[in-house]
Amino acid sequence: MRNLFIAVAAIGFAQFGGPAFAAGELHIYNWGDYTSPEMIEKFEKAYDVKVTVDGYDSNETLLAKLKSGAAGYDVIMPGDYMVAIMIREGMLETVQPNKMANFKNVDPRWVDVYWDSGREYSVPWQWGTTTFAVNTDVYKGDIDTLALMFDPPAELRGRINMLRDVNDVLNAGLRYLGLPRCNSNPEDLRKLNDLLLGAKPHWKTFAYEAKEMITSGDVDLTQIWNGYSMRARLDKPSLKYAYPREGFTGWMDNAAVPKGAPNLENAKLFIDFIMAPENAAMISNFARYANGIRGSDAYMDPELLSAPEIVMPAGAPAPEFVPPCEDEVVRMYDKIWTNLLK
Amino acid sequence: MVAGATAVPGAGEAALPGATGTRLLLLGPALGIVVLVGILPLGIILVYSFLTPGTFGGVVWKFSAEAYAQFLFDRDFLDDSLTFNAAYLGIFGRSLVQAGVATAACLLVGFPTAYFMATRPPATRNAWVFLITVPFWTNLLIRTVCMLLILRDEGLINNALVGAGLISTPIVMLYTDFAIGLGLMYSYLPFMVLPLYASLEKLDFRLVEAAYDLYAGRWRALTRIIIPLARPGIVAGCLLVFIPSLGAFLAPDLLGGGKHLMIGNLIQLQFASSRNWPFGSAAAMILLAAVLLALMLYVRTAAPRQRARP
Amino acid sequence: MGAGTRALDLKRLPGFGATAWFCLALLYAPIAVLVVFSFNASRSVTVWSEFSLSWYGKAIANTGIQQAAANSLKVAVVAMLAATVVATAAALATARGQRFRGDATAYLVINLPLIVPEIVTAVATLSFFALIGLSLGLGNVMLAHTVFCIPFAYLPIRARLEGMDRALEEAAADLYATPWHVFRRIILPLLAPGIVAGAMLAFIVSLDDYIITAMVAGAGQTTLPVYIYSQIRQGVTPEINAVSTILLMVSILFVSLSFVIGRKQR
Repeated sequence: MRNLFIAVAAIGFAQFGGPAFAAGELHIYNWGDYTSPEMIEKFEKAYDVKVTVDGYDSNETLLAKLKSGAAGYDVIMPGDYMVAIMIREGMLETVQPNKMANFKNVDPRWVDVYWDSGREYSVPWQWGTTTFAVNTDVYKGDIDTLALMFDPPAELRGRINMLRDVNDVLNAGLRYLGLPRCNSNPEDLRKLNDLLLGAKPHWKTFAYEAKEMITSGDVDLTQIWNGYSMRARLDKPSLKYAYPREGFTGWMDNAAVPKGAPNLENAKLFIDFIMAPENAAMISNFARYANGIRGSDAYMDPELLSAPEIVMPAGAPAPEFVPPCEDEVVRMYDKIWTNLLK
Repeated sequence: MVAGATAVPGAGEAALPGATGTRLLLLGPALGIVVLVGILPLGIILVYSFLTPGTFGGVVWKFSAEAYAQFLFDRDFLDDSLTFNAAYLGIFGRSLVQAGVATAACLLVGFPTAYFMATRPPATRNAWVFLITVPFWTNLLIRTVCMLLILRDEGLINNALVGAGLISTPIVMLYTDFAIGLGLMYSYLPFMVLPLYASLEKLDFRLVEAAYDLYAGRWRALTRIIIPLARPGIVAGCLLVFIPSLGAFLAPDLLGGGKHLMIGNLIQLQFASSRNWPFGSAAAMILLAAVLLALMLYVRTAAPRQRARP
Repeated sequence: MGAGTRALDLKRLPGFGATAWFCLALLYAPIAVLVVFSFNASRSVTVWSEFSLSWYGKAIANTGIQQAAANSLKVAVVAMLAATVVATAAALATARGQRFRGDATAYLVINLPLIVPEIVTAVATLSFFALIGLSLGLGNVMLAHTVFCIPFAYLPIRARLEGMDRALEEAAADLYATPWHVFRRIILPLLAPGIVAGAMLAFIVSLDDYIITAMVAGAGQTTLPVYIYSQIRQGVTPEINAVSTILLMVSILFVSLSFVIGRKQR
C-alpha cells in the first residue's frame, strides 16, 4: 500500500517538471480535432511560443464558460453568430486584424460580414454549409429540396436523422415554408410548429453523430455539415450532399481574442499567422473545410478542391448566414423546440 | 429477532464517537468541503433563479419570479395571463419513470451479482470487485457508442441471431425505450453492485443456516433473512442509481435517438441555446427540492429503525 | 456432520451465479467492441473497414490526448483519496454513537452534490471560483471533483457500517481499548470492503465527469472526457478507442501487479 502511494506521488510530481523554455505562451480554446498540429508546430517554432490547445463541444459551452468568469484563454474560435453576440456583450479584444500584415489575403467576400463588419475583432478560420446528405442507393430522385426532410417519400420515411440543434432544425423548417428567419410572427411560428410536429414521425433520431448514422445504415438521410459529409462519402460513396433550392445555412468559425487574454501579443501574432495562405491551407487540410483566405488553394489537398461538398455547384443558391435572433424570438423558438422534444 | 445483541449499551457507546467533540471533528471535513464548495456556489444558482435572463445568456440583476412560473405556466404575451403548461411536468415525469426503471433493472441484475461475489472464496472476491469496475475506467461516451454496434439492426446481436437462423428479420432494439433502459442499467451497474457487495459481504451465514435448520425454503431465506439484512446496501445502491439517472442524458440521447428531452437535457439546454439561466436554475432548484423532500422523509422514518438494531 | 457440506450449499442460490456471469458479459461486450475498433483503419468507430495500427500511432504521437489522460488520472486519484478519507470520517460520525439532532441534516448536506444537476454545479462552481479568484490550476478541478465524489464514497461506507455487528467493538471497549485502537484494529479492517467500494465508485465517477470539468478547467487542464466530447462535431475517431485501450491495459497491469505483490507479502 505504501509503495503504491509513493509510486503515485512520484508520477504526480514528475508532471510538475515544466517543459517550456519558450519565450511565451499561447492558450487556444477551439472545437475538438479542429486545430492542425502541424500548423501549431510551425507557429511554435516561428515565434518561440509554447501553445496549448483545449477543446469545447459547442459555441454555447464557450459562451456559458466565458460568461461565468473563465479566463486564461488567448484565442477562441466562435461561430459567426457567436462572434456577433460576443461583440455586443463586449467580450472580445479589438485586435484589429484589418491592420495586420496578412490581412490582404483575406477573401474580400469575408471582410464585410454581418458579425464583424470590416474585421475589427476576428479573422476567418473555417467556413462551411449545413444541409443534408442522402444515400442515393435508397433514394434515386432529385435531392436538392427540403421536401425530402419535411415531406419525405416512402423509402425515406423513418430513415431520417436531424441535427440536435434548435437553429438548424427550425431554420430548415422556415425555409421550407418560405418564411423569414428570426421570425417573431405568431402565425408563422404556429405553421412552423405544425410542420415540425407533422414531420417528426418520419424522423428516426436527433443526433450529432451524423456520419456514424449514415455510414452504418441506421438512416438514409441526415442533416449534416459539408466537411463531415465529405468524410462520410469517403466511407460510403453512394452518399450525395444536397444543395436545396429553398436555401441552406452557411456558417463560419472565426479566430478571435477574448477580453483579458493573458498573452495578448502572442494572440495577435497568431491571428496574423493564420491569414497567411500556406497556414490557412494547413488548417483546411486538417479540418477538411474551406478557409476564407485567397491563395490557399495552391497549398490545399486536391481532394478538397474538387469535392462537391466544399466547392458548390454552379446552380446552387448562396448560403445564408443567419444572425443571432432577439430575445423574444429565442423564447418562442425554445418553446417550439421543447414542444417538439417533450 | 436477530441474535448477537449487545448486553451493555453504555460502555460501548461511550468509547466510540459519542462525544460531540470527536463527532464534529470527524464530520467537519466532509461538511466543510461540501458547504464551501458545494452549497455556497448553489446559493449563486438560487439567486440566479430569481433574476431575469440576459439577452445572450447570463443574468440581469432584476428580480423576477418568472422562471418558477414558467415551469408550470405559459404566459400569454398579449394579455399576460397564465395558462397551465404540462410540457415541463411531462419531462420531469418521464425522467422519473426512466430513473425508476434503471434502478429496478440495476437491482434485479445487481443483487444476484453482488450476492454471488460476496459468496465467493475470499481470494476470488477482490478479483470480482476488480472485474466489475475495470470496464468503468474507460470513458462512458465511447462505451455507449460501442453499444450502438451491438444493438443496431445490423449489429452484433442481430447478426448472430440471424446467422444462427433463430430469427429471419432483425429485432429492433436500438432507438427504443428498451435501449435506453439497457443503456442506463449499463451506466450505473457498479453503483448498485458495489454498495450491495459491501453490505452482503458481511452477512452472517449462521443466520441463514439457522433458517434452513428450521425448514425454511431458499426463497424464504432470501426474502426473510438475506434481503432485510442487506437493506442498508440496497438503499445506498438505489440512491446512487436513481438520483444520477434522473439527470442522465447520454443513454437517452445516443441509444434512444434523442427524440425526447430529459431533465438533464432540459436544464443543460437553458444554459446553452435557450439562453435562459434563471429558468435552468429554477428547474434545478425544483428538482433539488423534490429529491431532498423524499430523502428527508426516508431519513426521518427509516433511519430510527436502523439505529434501534444492535 | 451437516455443517461441512451445508456450508457450500446454503450459500448457493439458484440463478444468481448465472446472473453474475451475464452481468460480466453485459459489462465487457462494449469493451470488446471498443478494443476491436481501436484497430479499425477508417475513421469510423462502429463501421469496420480493415485492420490497422495507425490510430495507435496517432495516439502515441498526440501529446494533447496524453496530457488529457494524465490530467484525468491525477484528478481522479486525488479526488478518490480525499473523498474517501472525508467520507469515512463522516460515516463514522453519523452511523455510530447516539443519534444527534443534526443527524438528518448532516446526511442531506453530505449527499447534496449527488442531487444537484451537473450543469448547475458546473456553472455555479465556475462562477464561485471566479468570484473568489481561486486559481490553483488543476487543483480547482480536483476540488470540484472531491465535492461530488464524497456522496459516492459515503453511501457504501455507511451502508457497510450500518450492517456491522457492534458486539466486537463493544467487547474491545470493555477490554479497555482506546477509541483509536478500536477504530484501527476492529472497525477499519471490518470496514475495508465498504471503503474499497466507496473509493472505487469515487474513482470512476471522477474519471468520467464531463460537464463540471469542462466548465471549471482552465487552459491546459483538459481531461480525457472533455477531450473526447469536444470531438463531437468532427466525429469521434478510433484514436479514442486506442487511448482507452492503452489506459485499460495499463490499469489492468497495475492492479494485477499489486495483486501479485500483495500475495507475495502474505
